[in-house]
Amino acid sequence: MTLLGRLSWDSIPLHEPIVMVTAGVLFVVLLGTGATILFKGWLPYLWREWITSVDHKRIGVMYCLLALVMLIRGFADALMMRSHQAMAVGAGEGFLPPDHYDQIFSAHGTIMIFFVAMPFMIGLMNFAVPLQLGVRDVAFPTLNSVSFWLTATGVLLINTSLVVGEFARTGWLVYPPLSERAFSPGVGVDYYLWALQISGAGTLLGGINLVTTILKMRAPGMRYTRMPIFCWTALASNLLIVAAFPILTATLIMLTLDRYLGFHFFTNEAGGNQMLFVNLIWAWGHPEVYILVLPAFGIFSEIIATFSGKPLFGYRSMVLATLAICVLSFMVWLHHFFTMGAGADVNGVFGVMTMIIAVPTGVKVFNWLFTMYGGRLRFEVPMLWAVAFIPTFVVGGMTGVLLAVPPADFVLHNSVFLVAHFHNVIIGGVLFAAFAGYSYWFPKAFGFRLHDGWGKAAVVLWVSGFYLAFMPLYALGLMGMTRRLQHYDNPAWQPWLVAAWLGALLILGGIVSLAMQLYVSVRERRSLADGTGDPWDGRTLEWATRSPPPPWNFARLPQVEGRDALALMKRGEADETPEPLEPIEMPRNSAYGFVGAFFTYLTGFALVWHIWWLVVLGMLAGFATTLWIAWHQPGEQEIGVDELSALEPAA
Amino acid sequence: MSAPRRWFVVAPLALAGCSAGVLDPQGPVARAEKQILFDSLGAMLLIVVPVMVATVAFAWWFRAGNRRARYRPDWDYSGKLELLIWSVPAMIVLFLGGTGWVGAHLLDPRRPIPAKVAPIEVQVVALDWKWLFLYPAQHVATVNRLVVPAGTPIHFRLTSATVMNSFFVPQLGSQIYAMAGMEAQLRLAADRPGRYPGIAAHYSGKGFSDMTFTVDALPAAQFTAWVAQARAAPPLDEARYRQLARRGTVAQPMVFGTAPSRLFDAVVAQRAPAAERPRDASNQGESDAEAGR
Amino acid sequence: MSGEIADPRHEGDQGARSDPPGHGEGGPAPKQVTVAFGFWVFLLSDIIMFSGLFAAYAVLAPNTAGGPQGSELFELRLVFVETLCLLFSSFTCGVMSIMAVRQRAGATYLWGALTALLGLSFLAIELYELTHLVLEGAAPTRSAFLSALFTLVGAHGLHVAAGLVWLTVMMGQVATLGFTDAVERRLLCFGLYWHALDIIWVALFTVVYLYGVMG
Repeated sequence: MTLLGRLSWDSIPLHEPIVMVTAGVLFVVLLGTGATILFKGWLPYLWREWITSVDHKRIGVMYCLLALVMLIRGFADALMMRSHQAMAVGAGEGFLPPDHYDQIFSAHGTIMIFFVAMPFMIGLMNFAVPLQLGVRDVAFPTLNSVSFWLTATGVLLINTSLVVGEFARTGWLVYPPLSERAFSPGVGVDYYLWALQISGAGTLLGGINLVTTILKMRAPGMRYTRMPIFCWTALASNLLIVAAFPILTATLIMLTLDRYLGFHFFTNEAGGNQMLFVNLIWAWGHPEVYILVLPAFGIFSEIIATFSGKPLFGYRSMVLATLAICVLSFMVWLHHFFTMGAGADVNGVFGVMTMIIAVPTGVKVFNWLFTMYGGRLRFEVPMLWAVAFIPTFVVGGMTGVLLAVPPADFVLHNSVFLVAHFHNVIIGGVLFAAFAGYSYWFPKAFGFRLHDGWGKAAVVLWVSGFYLAFMPLYALGLMGMTRRLQHYDNPAWQPWLVAAWLGALLILGGIVSLAMQLYVSVRERRSLADGTGDPWDGRTLEWATRSPPPPWNFARLPQVEGRDALALMKRGEADETPEPLEPIEMPRNSAYGFVGAFFTYLTGFALVWHIWWLVVLGMLAGFATTLWIAWHQPGEQEIGVDELSALEPAA
Repeated sequence: MSAPRRWFVVAPLALAGCSAGVLDPQGPVARAEKQILFDSLGAMLLIVVPVMVATVAFAWWFRAGNRRARYRPDWDYSGKLELLIWSVPAMIVLFLGGTGWVGAHLLDPRRPIPAKVAPIEVQVVALDWKWLFLYPAQHVATVNRLVVPAGTPIHFRLTSATVMNSFFVPQLGSQIYAMAGMEAQLRLAADRPGRYPGIAAHYSGKGFSDMTFTVDALPAAQFTAWVAQARAAPPLDEARYRQLARRGTVAQPMVFGTAPSRLFDAVVAQRAPAAERPRDASNQGESDAEAGR
Repeated sequence: MSGEIADPRHEGDQGARSDPPGHGEGGPAPKQVTVAFGFWVFLLSDIIMFSGLFAAYAVLAPNTAGGPQGSELFELRLVFVETLCLLFSSFTCGVMSIMAVRQRAGATYLWGALTALLGLSFLAIELYELTHLVLEGAAPTRSAFLSALFTLVGAHGLHVAAGLVWLTVMMGQVATLGFTDAVERRLLCFGLYWHALDIIWVALFTVVYLYGVMG
């Protein structure tokens, strides 16, 4: 069967019941969704309004939806790990054999970072940034669609690995030489490499797009010092994407060449150097942390200011701190491997650099506190996430600084203390921010609010579940438990792991609450409707247009007279004389992203399985699509003044 | 929320009595590291606790329903406060940075431990998935059981004949990576006789969870007796090594009476005998559990 | 992507104040500006990718694993010719860009063809050189040094090849679509791309060949 490369019927793990049941359920759900869409005749609508849409708001929503779906996949992995470790003591081997368990923790990390946290943050930035800047779309709308569909391709590829073949058993950062052909001859690492390479290309293009948007596309009068803080953090985050993701690309190329062509970048033989990989991957990996958390800081800044009814305290400090973090994040990567034996001077320098990042981060925390000080706080769901975030993130930051002290790291490195730390910052920081932003901007995107009760239930369950799940891991780390253990001998660990498992169950409740919230809100959308476009008494421009916003966001670009532009307008300090409407040019829909991504998927799948003819075919088809687009640029459509004034309420 | 947080602060103290962990140090390195851990934690709690209290206090007092709280909708800047919020974290970080810098030097894994007795050397080779310990001066070798004299500094030289690994005895302190083609150094000591668990602290594949070992710290005299006894064990010859190097775990620790004197250097130079080929060449070392028993 | 409907250079007028579009008061910048700027950012990211490959080369260059070293392999005279080809192609590409701005199709084809010819010569020499190395037993699988060398040089070569394809397509676009705004923008980006490859090659020539020969 050379026609299908390495692919054969044996590649489908029929002998693994958990995988097959999951796959079966997934298949039924997908089939059911597909059938519903077909029979109800929704396909043309979906194609026209979503799949081929180049509207930044639609694309932002699709990113967030993708993240929410993958959150379920990633969490299912987490729950399996927690259940397994809660019982895998002594002679009890748990229910997952090492082959499967090792895939699960690798997939969990990969999915949660690349396909949950990243698309969630990117989706929120995509949705909110152009609105906050007071413009009609991102700089390159079609490219935006390409970015999204490339990310979706990565998602599809990584989920294909569940059913066809296997996923990597190397951990989420595929350290060589374990990830080299000699130690991992299967397709798992190849799925990882191509899924990340493809979605990484999408992320990079998205980063370029948003950097250009923020630097070159702002409403008249929106100087840098008047930009909402979320735009600042988005700028910093996307600059980091542009600067860091190419390093990931290069690193993955090298590992790919090792695996596919027998090169010797990171092999044990012929002069390969595994330390090179570790340095390169963390030169991307540490900035990646800030790519995720900077927009999270921005979201919380917006939310805390809005719900305190005050401008953000210390705006300039906040901007300065953001940019300081942006620069410093490239100077600390070595703290991920103090235990490599680089020597005291090197470790010392990187330890101190790492701690220095804590200063601007600390400044941010204080600024949030003083924004609340003197405010009139309304504890709507987004604000509840924010208030839960501050102490949680502070704990995570503290344990992070502990790990930055080299001698402390010598005993805590690779332990579950470390696992607790980064979940502390990524759940407590990034994910809470994602949920906060989701509930904050949802009414803007859809014109109705999310159900309050289920939202509060989600906050309570997530927060308590998080503490119950991860505080025991801190303790276990101090007791000497290392990460990624498939089983262990020390019975003293078990009670803690059972507690952590209960915490995971609470988080499951949190996820169910989020799903219920969405369901109930859609059902009760009439009573939850928001006709004002400004349900939270917002301060920034996204609340100046109606909900959901028209495709062009603003019929007249707003004139920005100061920071918190909408708050100023509400006070009547802004110039209120409306200029006459002018025709608007809006980009047309484009199927390029979707079709291109389809061929990219074929190419990626073929590369994983060494189906070379399909690789060539897929690439040629992708190239042909690009050529077609280059000659048939859909151009722009003009929205006339008549149409605009019919749709816009009189100013 | 406040309950679990309080519990977090208390938990490490409650754990201090537990055995086998980082909080129960049994050697000078581990003790110093625990001290640094607590010092740093204490310094940070100075800032973290007030922040948490302030979060709750501000959130409660400035709630919209509280008419007594003064609403200052335009208050968004204070030069004095700005100075304070930049300088307070900076001071803490200055202290921690000093601790980190000094600690990184004092506890540099290569730095000899001051002691009256001369250190003994142990060479460590990480294999899939077992630890091989070579005693160059005593000429013996063990697998998954490290026997050392208590109170004597041990000078470890570490490498790997396979993937990256990390050698770690939590109660004795610092871990360090063992990597193929390279040699790492680590110096530890056990204060008292006792048995301490040792682990592989870097995921290395299928058998990783079983890649544990025990450290037996013996009184000096008993250590000499142990060496003499060990010499009677069968030798670690090439065939044995090739068997050991195969992917798989071992159920019981092993002892070898003699070992090739240049084996460690050969592993570092990647000239050691290759692993015996498994009977079927399936991936990920499926077949060969319990090699070399 | 506006093209024929309206001259995008006037788009920024809506908020016209003292500042130019895209800066402060002026409102969103016109397409011409955002495309060039965005492509610059892309080129920066590409250069960072190359810097990753350069870093790997710098680390692995001594790791010859008993195989040949750079000083034994490099043929400076050939590389010098290669470099000349690429540098001259940057010049011809520059002239092509000027002709494109003046919308002179014939001259654009001529200078475009010259650029392509020089680029092809560069690629041909590089291909000859790499094949020669493989036949000499200095294949990329021989040592980490050779892996890094082939990857670095190959990545640049692939960029040149992609550039040649792009250039061909652009000539086709000029022929069929004429000098529309979109085509002009794409030609502008191509010019930036081609010059960036030159810059990367200068770094590559210095780090790999000159430094390698000095050994």
